Amino acid sequence: MAKKPDLLPGTLDMLILKTLTRAPLHGYGIALSIKRFSDDVLTVEEGSLYPALQRMLLQGWVKGEWKVTETGRRARFYTLTAAGRKQLGVELSQFDQMIAAIGRVLRDAEEAG
Amino acid sequence: MNPLTRFLKKLSLLVGRRRFARELDDEMTFHRAQVEAAFVAEGMTPDAARLAAMRQFGNATRLKEKSHEAISFRAETVIQDLRFAWRQFRKSPGFAVSAIIILALGMGVSVAIFGFVDVALLEPLPYAAPNRLLAVDEMSAAFSRSNLSRADYGDWKRMNHSFSSLDAYGGAGYLLRTGSGTEPVPAARVSDGFFSTLGVKMMLGRGFLPGEDQPGKAKIAILTYGTWLKRFGGRRDVVGRSVNLSGAAYTIVGVLPREFEFAPRRDSEFWVPLLEKNGCEQRRSCHNLYGVGRLRDGVTIEAARAEMKAIAAQLATQFPGSNQGQGASVLPLMEIITGPVRPILLTLLSGAGLLLLIACVNVASLVLLRSESRRREIAVRGALGATRARLAGQLVTEALLLAAVGGLGGALIGGWLMLLLAHLIPQSMLIHLPFLGDVGFNTHAALFAGAIAFCAAMVLAGPPVLRLALQNQPGGLRDGLTDGDRGAAGKLWRRLGANLVVVELAVAMVLLVGAGLLGRSFYQLLHVENGFDTTHLATAQVMAKDNIYAKPEQKVALYREITRRLKTIPGVQSVGITTDLPVQCNCDTDWIRIVGKPFHGEHNEVNERDVSPAYLATLRARLVRGRMLAETDDRNHPRVIVINEALAQKYFPGEDPIGKMIGDGGFAPDSMRQVVGVIANVREGAMDDQVRPSEYFSIYQDTDIFFAVAVRAAQDEKAILPAVVSTLHGIDPDLGVYGESTMTGQIQSSQSALLRRFSTWLVGGFAAMALILGVVGLYGVIAYSVSQRTREIGVRMALGAQRSTVYRMVMRQAGRLTAVGLGVGLVSAIGASLLMRKLLFGVAAWDAPTLAAVVIVLGVASMIASFLPARRAASVNPIEALRAE
Repeated sequence: MAKKPDLLPGTLDMLILKTLTRAPLHGYGIALSIKRFSDDVLTVEEGSLYPALQRMLLQGWVKGEWKVTETGRRARFYTLTAAGRKQLGVELSQFDQMIAAIGRVLRDAEEAG
Repeated sequence: MNPLTRFLKKLSLLVGRRRFARELDDEMTFHRAQVEAAFVAEGMTPDAARLAAMRQFGNATRLKEKSHEAISFRAETVIQDLRFAWRQFRKSPGFAVSAIIILALGMGVSVAIFGFVDVALLEPLPYAAPNRLLAVDEMSAAFSRSNLSRADYGDWKRMNHSFSSLDAYGGAGYLLRTGSGTEPVPAARVSDGFFSTLGVKMMLGRGFLPGEDQPGKAKIAILTYGTWLKRFGGRRDVVGRSVNLSGAAYTIVGVLPREFEFAPRRDSEFWVPLLEKNGCEQRRSCHNLYGVGRLRDGVTIEAARAEMKAIAAQLATQFPGSNQGQGASVLPLMEIITGPVRPILLTLLSGAGLLLLIACVNVASLVLLRSESRRREIAVRGALGATRARLAGQLVTEALLLAAVGGLGGALIGGWLMLLLAHLIPQSMLIHLPFLGDVGFNTHAALFAGAIAFCAAMVLAGPPVLRLALQNQPGGLRDGLTDGDRGAAGKLWRRLGANLVVVELAVAMVLLVGAGLLGRSFYQLLHVENGFDTTHLATAQVMAKDNIYAKPEQKVALYREITRRLKTIPGVQSVGITTDLPVQCNCDTDWIRIVGKPFHGEHNEVNERDVSPAYLATLRARLVRGRMLAETDDRNHPRVIVINEALAQKYFPGEDPIGKMIGDGGFAPDSMRQVVGVIANVREGAMDDQVRPSEYFSIYQDTDIFFAVAVRAAQDEKAILPAVVSTLHGIDPDLGVYGESTMTGQIQSSQSALLRRFSTWLVGGFAAMALILGVVGLYGVIAYSVSQRTREIGVRMALGAQRSTVYRMVMRQAGRLTAVGLGVGLVSAIGASLLMRKLLFGVAAWDAPTLAAVVIVLGVASMIASFLPARRAASVNPIEALRAE
């Protein structure tokens, strides 16, 4: 089995928040959604997902609510809060800055090379 | 999110943690089920799908822990650590119990001594803004602080701008008629603003009003709370009633509150205004009051002192006869009250601190020793993934737990010790230092206990954490797992452990030397040359009513009658009368001028004692030249004087003083006296004070209503005290008799003796504990090192080493440690003794016999402590030692 690339460090929170902008989801749904939208490139490990969700609950970025799924099972659905939306904005702009910076470095390096 | 809401959220999660855990569980079960379902949909068998899901999920418990950590307090890991630490201690109770006992004792002693330091030096005086109160007195060449004359006080009060109020107080004694007879009661005379300067409000009635202290004003009195209860039954209608003090009627105007306390006149029952100027107060040169002033806002003590000195200098030019050389002494009131005990308390606190240090070091080496034996456990935990920080946290937690339990025990022991020590303080000392009686376990002491427990925890956690840090090299932790590497780690332990032992021995040495020097000072003090025979001497203070014994002849008749009647008591050999008993104070002084010597108005201050002819003989003072006072030296004969050798040497160097004339500065005719005798110095002042020039007048020529009797007994002087008192009352029931005691009793209970006895015993106790702890520490280090080297010793012996060689090897190691410890201790001990030289008496800080004795005691004890493990080492059976591996 080919090794999948790891998530960029520090991007998990952003990915979760972005995923939740579309609709409230449970943990499994979030993991699945990220996997699908990334065309199976990004895999969120359960070992990182749940601690991250707990942390975000505590920060007040997301809200947890127990609901019944379409398959009739109880699951905790996470909803984005206003604070979470703001946080997403912050993280997105930081991420953009970083990508741009990395891009510049790589371009310069290529030109020099 | 702000920290507060975050905290509250965490708190709610902590409370609802069970629900939280269940929810997380549910959530993860759901997740797993979904993954499983996905695998099944991909075509796996249900069993394979479940296994695959579990594999993908990983360690569910760890995952839960991680989720939990994300939201939980750090405290929860701490609680885990605490639980683990507790289990560790339960596993080796011997270690835990001995460590806690040592710590608790060390801390208890510190807390107890701190309690006294707190009440004496830290607690403010019980007055309004007490740090603005100053003691304002005079000073002269002979005394750095002396009483204030009433005339000077009046001028100082009028001329100064530094004080918002300046008041005076002085002692007084009155005879109070009670149901059972006449009783002398101590009292105080104060200026009108005394209580308002202190900021004391009356509990009943009023204080003194401005101007009420002037001569000719009404006789009024204020009662202390104790007097009000004891003598007036605590009746609220006491204000306005009259009380008879020495035959004069005083109207009670107020009652002081219960918490009122004024240490310099602590025993005063009645407080009255200054009123009429007594004989002394009519002269500017006679000093009998003390001043207390409240600094004006914005004025510093230095500025006040400078101003008072300037005023004193101005008065000196204005009244050279009385004020030449009289300066001003301005000191914080606190200093006057607690000054005498400060050096001793600070010494005791340092002693207790050293004891605590040695206790901590001792326990630290125990902890280190244990961490040595737990090396493998720590290595295993490290191998299983514990981070270094987590391991260090665990060690610190264990140290904290030890220190906390030790501190709790220390607080209990400290509280109990405080009460015990307060109980041991004799009454005679409490009179001067009343605040010492207030000692008790309070918030300050609790805070102090907490602080020292924290410091102790740091000392205890230091070595093992340091150890852990030093292992921060590749393979450092892993080494702990392998066997046969004792050499490397043992080296670290040996170095650190050995250093700790050196510290312990050095500290023990400092305490032992301190105790030795204090003990020697105490001995020297009690054996100081007093110039008279202190044994078999009974004494009592007497006060006669001045309206009955108004004329000098009446007083002389009283003296003669007292002498005659006291002599009839069986067992009494001789009887003397004096205005001041010996070994009390260099006080009640006189300014002399010698006929035929140059004089420029300087104050030649000497102790003046008015004594009966038999007094000096009763003391068994030694006559050096001339004659003693005689029965004929009365008002019908020329005035004569007996001087001591100190006076003779100072004012008649190389001359025979007999026949010379001494008078006051102005050679007033009634002050002229002829020297008839010289006696060897009789100690008039305190035992740790120097002997000063003293003169002895005939009390028949200078009478006084306050005097003391000294009775020389053939046998037990204590037994005749009741007879002395009853005989005096038999002569005149209105004589006030008080303070009856034996001379040896007075010497033993004098402040200088008591303070030293107290400190000797306490520091001696500290030193004994330090000696035990230090020697036990040495034993521990040597014994441990022997046990670690059993195999090495076995190999050596198998290769032919003699038992004596092994002995020597171990003893040499111990000897080296002891020598270094004693060397460091010697230097520190001399340094420490120099710091407490104020308490030393008649012995130098580098007193060789004391140092030698301590070195011998510590050295012998150390050798015994190391002999035991050395013997064990020498009796190692090489075969067993090698097989045991």
